[in-house]
Amino acid sequence: MQLALFIIFGLLAVAGAINFLLQRHPINSALSLIVVMMSLAVLYWSLGAEFLAAAQVIVYSGAVMVLFVFVVMLLNAGEEERTHGSRAAYFAGIPGATAIFCLLSFVFLTNGKAFGSTDLINHLTHTTNNIAEISQVLFRDLLLPFEVTSVLILVAILGAVVLARKEQ
Amino acid sequence: MSHLTDFQIFLILSILKIAVVLVITLTAVAYTVLLERKLLGRMQNRWGPSRVGPFGLLQPLADGIKLFLKEDLMPMASERPLFILAPIIALSCALISVAVVPFGAVTRIAGVDMFDISDINIGLLVILGITSIGVYGIALSGWSSNNKFALLGSLRATSQVISYELALGLSLVGVVLRAGSLRLRDIVDSQAGHGLFSWNLIGGGQIIAFFIYLMAAYAETNRAPFDLPEAESELVAGYHTEYSSMKFAMFFMAEYANMITVACVATLLFLGGASSPFGNLLPTPTSPIIAAILPIFWFVLKVFSFLCLYIWVRATVPRFRYDQLMSFGWKFLLPVAILNIIATSLVLALRG
Repeated sequence: MQLALFIIFGLLAVAGAINFLLQRHPINSALSLIVVMMSLAVLYWSLGAEFLAAAQVIVYSGAVMVLFVFVVMLLNAGEEERTHGSRAAYFAGIPGATAIFCLLSFVFLTNGKAFGSTDLINHLTHTTNNIAEISQVLFRDLLLPFEVTSVLILVAILGAVVLARKEQ
Repeated sequence: MSHLTDFQIFLILSILKIAVVLVITLTAVAYTVLLERKLLGRMQNRWGPSRVGPFGLLQPLADGIKLFLKEDLMPMASERPLFILAPIIALSCALISVAVVPFGAVTRIAGVDMFDISDINIGLLVILGITSIGVYGIALSGWSSNNKFALLGSLRATSQVISYELALGLSLVGVVLRAGSLRLRDIVDSQAGHGLFSWNLIGGGQIIAFFIYLMAAYAETNRAPFDLPEAESELVAGYHTEYSSMKFAMFFMAEYANMITVACVATLLFLGGASSPFGNLLPTPTSPIIAAILPIFWFVLKVFSFLCLYIWVRATVPRFRYDQLMSFGWKFLLPVAILNIIATSLVLALRG
């Protein structure tokens, strides 16, 4: 069951990502990005991280992408023109992508055991509570970094307000 | 059923549950439209639909046939795939969220809970997530119809839904804090002690949260007094101006299905779900059938009263202006919701 879900939604995510690059209209690209995010959420869920899955759907596909679509609709962005791109991209792009792929797969294959394994059975049968564990880590063990991150986001919001404010 | 494996029994019962709940929800959607027209009619001192069938009870059927038989117009300059996709997104998102609603007491047949399609331990977040995906239906419909009224309507709807989602989500935090879980069954169980007086609305001290939820939910479902996305005096019909026949009907059904979902969530979170308001005052029913049906009766009664409240508000309150709507959501509802969270967590911390 889990393998079937992984194959279906993994393929869907890859297909969405390729479609995202190939589509010429920004709104179609945005929609395929939503497909990618939703399939990622399903993958998280099948790994027993249901809170992460819900957060992924609510935050990314529900809030961030809505803003993207909103901006595309408001600006009425047309179809993008197809250019040949820079020459540097051609020469550096494909080898670079291959190198990153090789590096990542090397790291995952050699150090896979060092990442540790999750307690999948207990998560899937709901004997351990995902949300309780996350909140213990976030609000007790790592409280200071968590609060510092929220201050960081507040700074970003204030910066946006300052930039958007009308000149007196 | 002995020759079936556990998984096969689970599969058959699940499909059966989904089919039954889907049919009941769609029927409820059709009759909510009738209820609204009837109640609005009585409140405005007229009869409402009364010709088709006894008391106009077959009116939804007639409406359905009419919408099916109408010509399906497609604007020339529309984005065709998205124009078709938009009502599908809207309706399916509206219907999916009923799947996590527990509408009766735990009743197991062959190990499967019969009155709950899926019992997930993040049920509340699933509902919020599906609601936030439903925005795309409206956003895309307005943009793809290539019509200025539709675009304006969908822009209004999208920004309104995004803004009020914050207040809506924050108003639920108090309830979640009290229950200590996001699972809807746990939230219902946390209000099961003494009937009416242990409901979050009354005994739980979440009455402010309830009213925040109420107002945010009206805005989320684009209903009066926040029905600016389809304000007919300025925007023709808003985001579904270009839609006709069944595509329009899908938006229409999505709106009413959302109303029902919102009513279900309010019932579960603030009105004690399927528990009886009289607590232990009523004798426990001895027959297992009555014991199974009575909670469903309470649940349906609560959802029905919430829907009546919806319609009553629509008949009473005039439409907001757009800037009033936005400042109300951001400058009033949001801070009050945050204060409610702080107060609830302080009380819980002092008690526990």
